[in-house]
Amino acid sequence: MNDTPNSPVKGFLSKHAILERSPTLLLVSSLVVVAIGGLVEIVPLFYLENTIEKVEGVRPYSPLELAGRDVYVREGCYVCHSQMIRPMRDEVERYGHYSLAAESMYDHPFQWGSKRTGPDLARVGGKYSDAWHLDHLSAPRSVVPESIMPGYAYLLDSYINADHVADLVATHRIVGVPYTEEMIEVAAADVLAQVDPDTDAYDDLLERYPGAQIRNFDGRPGVSEMDALIAYLQMLGTTVDFSTFTPDASR
Amino acid sequence: MSSKHEKDIDDVTGTDTTGHSWDGIKELNNPLPRWWLWTFYITIIWGIAYTVAYPAWPLVSSATSGLLGYSTRAEVAEDIARFEEANGEILAQLASADLETLDQNPELMRFASSAGGAVFRNNCSQCHGSGAAGAVGYPNLLDDDWLWGGDFESIAYTVRHGIRNEEDWDARYSQMTAFDEILSNEEIDAVVNHVLAISGQEHDAMLAATGSELFLNNCAACHGDAGMGDRNLGAPNLTDAIWLYGGDAATLETTIRYARFGVMPPWGSRLSEAEINAVTAYVHQLGGGE
Repeated sequence: MNDTPNSPVKGFLSKHAILERSPTLLLVSSLVVVAIGGLVEIVPLFYLENTIEKVEGVRPYSPLELAGRDVYVREGCYVCHSQMIRPMRDEVERYGHYSLAAESMYDHPFQWGSKRTGPDLARVGGKYSDAWHLDHLSAPRSVVPESIMPGYAYLLDSYINADHVADLVATHRIVGVPYTEEMIEVAAADVLAQVDPDTDAYDDLLERYPGAQIRNFDGRPGVSEMDALIAYLQMLGTTVDFSTFTPDASR
Repeated sequence: MSSKHEKDIDDVTGTDTTGHSWDGIKELNNPLPRWWLWTFYITIIWGIAYTVAYPAWPLVSSATSGLLGYSTRAEVAEDIARFEEANGEILAQLASADLETLDQNPELMRFASSAGGAVFRNNCSQCHGSGAAGAVGYPNLLDDDWLWGGDFESIAYTVRHGIRNEEDWDARYSQMTAFDEILSNEEIDAVVNHVLAISGQEHDAMLAATGSELFLNNCAACHGDAGMGDRNLGAPNLTDAIWLYGGDAATLETTIRYARFGVMPPWGSRLSEAEINAVTAYVHQLGGGE
């Protein structure tokens, strides 16, 4: 090295030889540099007021919906379906009000997806009848001849273990979903109650999960994964009442 | 690097070196092309200018909103408002139009059927088919066989409130009885044969005769004595060749045993008045409108 430091900047820059000659130091320093970038991008999202919007109506998933969401994730529905209506006119015209961040606040992990081979599902709830979902999930081409979606008829023969759902609810509480002790305790019962509108738990279930739809989704006895998945699909995008919601333009 | 250090020209290439050498191997100082370097500097300046113009820097409680005042939400609202304004007049006309006389206004009729087509393809085609030919359990809208009526008013009502759904209290409603535990196996078989008979299919005449009486006692209240159906109850005509779930003996048996309960969601809360009128006009002109 024949550099002769003759200015402070030059002197500082010439020290790069130290980094270049120590791989461990180089590794640690690059981690520090990358971490600064990450912190600046991510941390403000947790405290900035204009990135956090409280929206009335958004609630945690009922145990049956949560189980259905697990089926959704397991079957990889997110690979072909997004759950994110972007704020663009064509999307709003087709799918309804653009998605709000709050609407996926209880999603762990979120199901925004990245590719639409099939349509967006963020507001599919209530758009079709349960029977249509059953027909379509069992044999998509029986109702949509041009569809390329695979069939999921086997969900009818696979039953939900209500006790496992209670564990699932408890697990979601660990990652921050505000389920109460009581909700976890009665989760198994709530699974059964949501597919039978004739139980005494009807009102309690609705109180815990306002707007939850209570009926036998697949029209068959027992709580199948089909029941759970249809319950989940039928509530997607239905929790916020957009007739009373005024978007804050600065977000 | 810098011009401050003494020039050390490499003998072989005639190029200045950076002054770094490792075990006698020297690093040549080939500077980046000027155009590349300047493009790089310009992108840095562009980046800084961008963060000033658009929302970017996180501060204590909010982020800078940018000099241009851009927001995604405002942009989409503006975009939607622009189209609403452009179509405002014709949409208002359509929302208050008398559908019966719509065909006297060719411009509005054209607008209604193409707008209605778009609404149909987006919302209705999943059940009724992209060509409106229906599927098993989902009525064909191309023919003139209507369950709940095929005039403008009936179609609009069905679209607005739906059928047998839980969301809309004004939804069309009726419920077929499941005869599985009411009639014996023989009786069900007889009714199946009666329905086969009145719809002009091959049947057992003996059984059909027994079934005829059972039909009058159990089914005629909704489907009519002759099985011609009743639109007030959405009870289908059983004498034609058009079947919603299938008219063969096995399907008829399933239908009689377990009944059917076709649900259509209400669209009044999802579609505007103009859109409901548009899709009504579209369905009406598909072939079976009354």
